[in-house]
Amino acid sequence: MSAEAHNEHAVDHHHDDHHHGDDHDHGSFKTYMIGFLLSVVLTAIPFWLVMTEALAPQTTGLIITAFAVAQIIVHMIFFLHMNHRSEGGWNMLALIFTIVVVVIAVAGSVWVMYHLNTNMMPVHDMQTMG
Amino acid sequence: MSHASSLNPDYVDEAGRPIYHPVEEPHHPEGHSTMLGFWMYLMSDCLIFAMLFAVYAVIGGNYAAGPSPKDLFDLPLVALNTSMLLLSSITYGFAMLAMVKNRTAQMQTWLAITGVFGLCFLGIELYEFAHMIHLGATPQRSGFLSAFFFLVGTHGLHVTFGCIWLVTLMVQVWRKGLIQANKRRLMCLSLFWHFLDVIWIGVFTFVYLFGMLR
Amino acid sequence: MSIDHIASMIFGRLDWNALPFHEPILVATFAVVVLGGLATLGLITRYKLWGYLWTEWFTTVDHKKIGIMYMILGLVMFLRGFADALMMRLQQAMAFGGAEGYLNAHHYDQIFTAHGVIMIFFVAMPLITGLMNYLVPLQIGARDVSFPFLNNFSFWMTTAGAVLVMASLFIGEFARTGWLAYPPLSGIGYSPGVGVDYYIWALQIAGVGTTLSGINLIATIVKMRAPGMGLMKMPVFTWTSLCANVLIVASFPVLTAVLALLSADRYIGTNFFTNDFGGNPMMYVNLIWIWGHPEVYILILPLFGVFSEVTSTFSGKKLFGYTSMVYATVVITILSYLVWLHHFFTMGSGASVNSFFGITTMIISIPTGAKLFNWLFTMYRGRIRFELPMMWTIAFMLTFVVGGMTGVMLAVPPADFVLHNSLFLIAHFHNVIIGGVLFGLFAAINFWWPKAFGFKLDKTWGLVSFWCWVVGFWVAFMPLYVLGFMGVTRRMRVFDDPAYQIWFIIAAVGVVIIAVGILAMLIQFAVSIINRDKLRDETGDPWQGRTLEWATSSPPPDYNFAKTPIIHDSDAWWDMKARGYQRPTEGFKPIHMPSNTGAGVILSGLALVVGFALIWYMWWLAALGFFALIAYAIFHTFNYKRDYYIPAETVQATEDARSKALAAAASQG
Repeated sequence: MSAEAHNEHAVDHHHDDHHHGDDHDHGSFKTYMIGFLLSVVLTAIPFWLVMTEALAPQTTGLIITAFAVAQIIVHMIFFLHMNHRSEGGWNMLALIFTIVVVVIAVAGSVWVMYHLNTNMMPVHDMQTMG
Repeated sequence: MSHASSLNPDYVDEAGRPIYHPVEEPHHPEGHSTMLGFWMYLMSDCLIFAMLFAVYAVIGGNYAAGPSPKDLFDLPLVALNTSMLLLSSITYGFAMLAMVKNRTAQMQTWLAITGVFGLCFLGIELYEFAHMIHLGATPQRSGFLSAFFFLVGTHGLHVTFGCIWLVTLMVQVWRKGLIQANKRRLMCLSLFWHFLDVIWIGVFTFVYLFGMLR
Repeated sequence: MSIDHIASMIFGRLDWNALPFHEPILVATFAVVVLGGLATLGLITRYKLWGYLWTEWFTTVDHKKIGIMYMILGLVMFLRGFADALMMRLQQAMAFGGAEGYLNAHHYDQIFTAHGVIMIFFVAMPLITGLMNYLVPLQIGARDVSFPFLNNFSFWMTTAGAVLVMASLFIGEFARTGWLAYPPLSGIGYSPGVGVDYYIWALQIAGVGTTLSGINLIATIVKMRAPGMGLMKMPVFTWTSLCANVLIVASFPVLTAVLALLSADRYIGTNFFTNDFGGNPMMYVNLIWIWGHPEVYILILPLFGVFSEVTSTFSGKKLFGYTSMVYATVVITILSYLVWLHHFFTMGSGASVNSFFGITTMIISIPTGAKLFNWLFTMYRGRIRFELPMMWTIAFMLTFVVGGMTGVMLAVPPADFVLHNSLFLIAHFHNVIIGGVLFGLFAAINFWWPKAFGFKLDKTWGLVSFWCWVVGFWVAFMPLYVLGFMGVTRRMRVFDDPAYQIWFIIAAVGVVIIAVGILAMLIQFAVSIINRDKLRDETGDPWQGRTLEWATSSPPPDYNFAKTPIIHDSDAWWDMKARGYQRPTEGFKPIHMPSNTGAGVILSGLALVVGFALIWYMWWLAALGFFALIAYAIFHTFNYKRDYYIPAETVQATEDARSKALAAAASQG
């Protein structure tokens, strides 16, 4: 019994550690405003680029993709409060795993279907031949 | 067979013997896993959207001699819609800040404003859909339009359920106050709401903006 | 407005013609089911069991009872799925040289579809979910899962899906498309009936349950482990369950999405998977296999965990290469997303795509091979006890390796072009699913039955079942490999070439041997229940177990562990026994537990109504049911009081009773 009592401290210490992940990050007025302003900028520029046709379509495409990725990261950090600490890192791990699966599935589908269309739909070839 | 494994150093008494039961039972209060579980739900939802994006990527160019994005999309309207959703995100953020400070009335106000923005978003989207259908650009018209309506519509459906949930939570806060259970639910809806905004970034970029580039 | 018009507004497509009076086989089955059902209901009423079933089982949030209910669901559906298999084998053995056999095409096509759907979604999935539900909390020293109510809801959603499949037997028809319902065959043009709609809604409703139970078990493993149980101290079964549930959460949404698109095509006439207006049927094939391949690993991974636990327990040794086992599992989890195209090499994506997926498929066999060597090295120089679970495990090793090898053969694209959709493929996947999943489940049932019910299963009947199954399997499926090489394709109802017939007859004999094995298993259960006092185990640890579930009584009390254990070793219970652990007998505290609720039954019941209404185009009922579902779900969230405490005195009394039983067992032994 005395041994158990003595170790109460050690056990409790671990106990605290275990629940540390429950302190959720709620952000502050400042972080929300930073996130909001960044989002506005990152939304406005792509719309402006496409609506004014300021650049060549390929360049615009690359830029707006980059802006979309940047804005998703901004939302993740400032609105969803993602960091490597929340839930002991499990949230981040789940997110990374999901991103990997999404990339595999979407890119893979596009790749597979593109090759299928190229190989199995000779219509295009006939058009060029004709 | 002797046990080669060493004891867990956190759980031995002063004589080096193992301790097998904690003095205090590990506490698992109700809802201790909710935020993690809800996050995993969002990840699974994210995959549903990923599949719809994949379908759009593959058959979104099949117009079947029907209207193309350039014939249909109205970018100023989409920009307006995007701003509704973005504004609703920041107002929900303000509601959460009020919640942390336990300012119930302030929080309810911000939630109501968020809900109004959400409804505006849905109204604009429905107007856009109605307009397209009026032009004969129905979901049945082509693979492109099927994929478009399904992807954007699924997002809209999520916003609809978000609004219903928001009203439910306002009633629950009104009846029970900002108790721990309600705070947890508000945090879940916060994740849900901002998550839908993230999906919308993908929608306006890859559906609307890219559509105009083709 | 005519009567017909009003009737179709109320009942949609449902009319008297939907009942299969013209199919004598179905009428007879229906009569048997109705009589059996009435007898069961009558007995329940006669012995006033409704209240007991409702309060103790249907509304329970106890993971152990939910686990057992999942297992019962899986075993009942297994009998249905096996009946389908038996009918197919008989038909194919008979229908030669102009003979039509005894099944018409309409019926036969439903049978092969139902067999696949039932065996995967309503047999294998409930059985492994049940197993994980029962064992994971016990193995990690928890009192329940993270979301106990959700667990109950998940079970009833799975059951609602199963009910829809069963209903299709007698009301309308089931899909005639094969178990994955490829369009355009499954589109409204070629399948205008209710069959595909039954398929869609059964899977969608059950899929909700599966996804939620996946989330639940991941959260449980992440958040509820006993103190000291770091990730690398988790039992291997818990590890494989974690990975299987990650796969569930990250793949079932894909199925949900693709089936939703198919239903949009069918219900509102969109053009996702049609041949006209820019649809692309091959996209469906692509998407459904992005779900389908991880699904294969969802099924097998937990059983790899079972084999690990069984092998180390019955070899009396720690598992060889615990760390490599864990890494192999994680690698399989990730690789399972990179191989889906090997299911449709012949689609025509070309050499670059096919070679990529062929190579990834061969790579994924490496971690699986590593696991096999780990089990062999665990057995090496072990003191092996040939109890039933160990025998099933050895049968698995021998059978599964052959299935794995034929799988690698199919992974070679040029070979696959020859063997695609042939009976060789059928033999291959039955070889891995029966040899891996089913044998694993039988090992698990024999291994953990004493934990769940407090007595061992009868060994004699177990041996009869074992040998019938193993021999029957080889007799039934080796001819299919041969037929595959002869060029016979799957899903054929009649044959012309008489050279095939002998092989089909041998296969049919094999299936009959398996049927005897199943019968022997049912007798094994019955005999064991009757002789339960003779087979009783009071220690809670009948096999000299190694992991935590054996530390508590059999069956475990509601709260699992009176005091939460601290873990020092991955074989926690073995370690505790080796160090002279003394079970606590006093100083208990009140235990916090979740309360039962009927909400899961009601919500799933409403989902069932919505599904049925959508299948039959009863739009008013679908709308009504859907609003009721949402309204009730919201209503349920207004209930904040969802837990209670087991008083310390009750815990004390339960534990005192166990002390007495242990003492009595010790004095006898």
